[in-house]
Amino acid sequence: MNGTRLRRRLVSAAAVGFCVLSVVLALVPLGFILFFVLKEGLPALTFDFLTRLPKPVGEQGGGMGNAIVGSSILIALAGLIAVPIGIVSGIHLAEFRAGRLATVVRFAADVLNGVPSIVIGIFAYSIAVMPFSRFSALAGGVALGIMMIPIIVRTTEELLNLVPPSLRDGALALGATRARAVFSVILPAALPGILTGVLVALARIAGETAPLLFTAFNNRFWSARLNQPIASLTVQVYTYAISPYDDWHRQAWAGATVLIGAVLLFSLLARTAIRRLERMHHA
Amino acid sequence: MITPVASGRRARERGGFRLGTGAVALLVPLLVAGIAIVLTWDSLLSVRQFGLRFWVNSTWDPVAGIFGAFPFIWGTLYSSLLALLLSTPIALGIAVFLSDLSPRPLRQPLVFLTELLAAIPSIVYGLWGIFVLVPAVRRIESLTPPWLRRLPLFEGPPLGVGLLAAGLILSVMVIPFTASVAREILKAVPANQREGAYALGATRWEAIRMALFYGRQGIMGAVMLGLGRALGETMAVTMVIGYAPRASLSLFAPQYTMAAVIANEFSEAADDLYLHALVEIGLVLFIITIVINTMSRLLIWRVGSERA
Repeated sequence: MNGTRLRRRLVSAAAVGFCVLSVVLALVPLGFILFFVLKEGLPALTFDFLTRLPKPVGEQGGGMGNAIVGSSILIALAGLIAVPIGIVSGIHLAEFRAGRLATVVRFAADVLNGVPSIVIGIFAYSIAVMPFSRFSALAGGVALGIMMIPIIVRTTEELLNLVPPSLRDGALALGATRARAVFSVILPAALPGILTGVLVALARIAGETAPLLFTAFNNRFWSARLNQPIASLTVQVYTYAISPYDDWHRQAWAGATVLIGAVLLFSLLARTAIRRLERMHHA
Repeated sequence: MITPVASGRRARERGGFRLGTGAVALLVPLLVAGIAIVLTWDSLLSVRQFGLRFWVNSTWDPVAGIFGAFPFIWGTLYSSLLALLLSTPIALGIAVFLSDLSPRPLRQPLVFLTELLAAIPSIVYGLWGIFVLVPAVRRIESLTPPWLRRLPLFEGPPLGVGLLAAGLILSVMVIPFTASVAREILKAVPANQREGAYALGATRWEAIRMALFYGRQGIMGAVMLGLGRALGETMAVTMVIGYAPRASLSLFAPQYTMAAVIANEFSEAADDLYLHALVEIGLVLFIITIVINTMSRLLIWRVGSERA
């Protein structure tokens, strides 16, 4: 009798111990990755790195200035494509929750969210590169935009649903049309939340490489033209990482530092915004 | 105040609003359908030429125009299953710790840190993989005793790059996804399940096991969600898998995955057949991930709706 109880206690303690160990096991690689990125990346993160063009093979120095600008352009393009579509679709889902279309759209958004980014890249290649037989910034923006859409759709829907129904009822009671109620009462109330959703989506796509490999491709020079190939931080890090040159490896680490910084910034902004929203709605 | 005329106008406006936003929302399912159609269309050459042999043939020779995708599908499944094997216990451990065991002040920071694992870009995992993980794996491989290395599972020279490195990096990347869904599921298990167990004199672990059992479908869903992520993961795997289109049982052998071959060869595909073969690999990856994700959603959703 006592023996079984002891054994059960021991099993329980072992299981609890395993759970603690699991947390440690997950945090070790996280710590390792952040440590190495900062250790290797920070020393290489010079002013030249942030502002200069890459040097030709064999020459030391140079930077990823054009890739940083390129990534910003690509992210902006993706946002321009995804934000309007995502928000309006999200409004539809929140307003006509039970409709048949809403069910289909919700499901499609979940499906799209799970499609591997490399497959989105092939699709963007087929519709935006092949017809013009040219890699372009626009094709890269299309690929990233498609990835953003489902995230924005679902966060918009969720956050609109958080707006107290009394606000909508009040607006409708005052004689506002449904559209009027949404655009002048509900949307403004949910706006901070929706911006948060956009930030979450930006954090997701800012580090994407695979869909850009054969859409935006790469470019060794400054370029802001949408119908031309454009450099991006992620593709540049990839190219440098698999190259045989030490100097390029150093720059790849520096690029990774910038990437992690950008992603962390977006995530932290989104997180604090979500916190504030939750407090607002609970109050 | 409301005259019939006015309410008629309002009804029309309401219908217009519904139609207008609906038309935009329709783009989302159209996009999914569009991807399916375009990928099918652009892989027709390869589908016609090779048929089902494409999936069992192991020869991948772009120069001779012979394309068999077996090594890629093998590598994708092998690395993903290895990742699942390594990540599932850890992810569930984390989920249990965060839902049942963690001291309150630790919980939020730990949730944030595990989510951070999901936020790190794939390319950064890959960079770390090349310069830190692969050398470490190489050391482990060369320290493996010779009698073990004679087993098919550990055959081959200690290169570092290969299936083991890919599986390890994938498992780290998958953990946050599985853990966060599993945690939601554990939270959704009604309190009376655990309370009942405690009332019957259960230990802590026995009560937790009750909760895990109660939410088993959702837990399955969480694991499958992780699987979906692992199957489609591209950059990190591409950088450490070793580019060898040879299916092998060995964990130490360099291999290849579906996503990696697309990433690596797509922009070099010189002729249409080559391109169509790569698109066909993408099409199958698309179908597999849709099936896996849908099943995972259904499992998770069922637990959620039972609770309501």
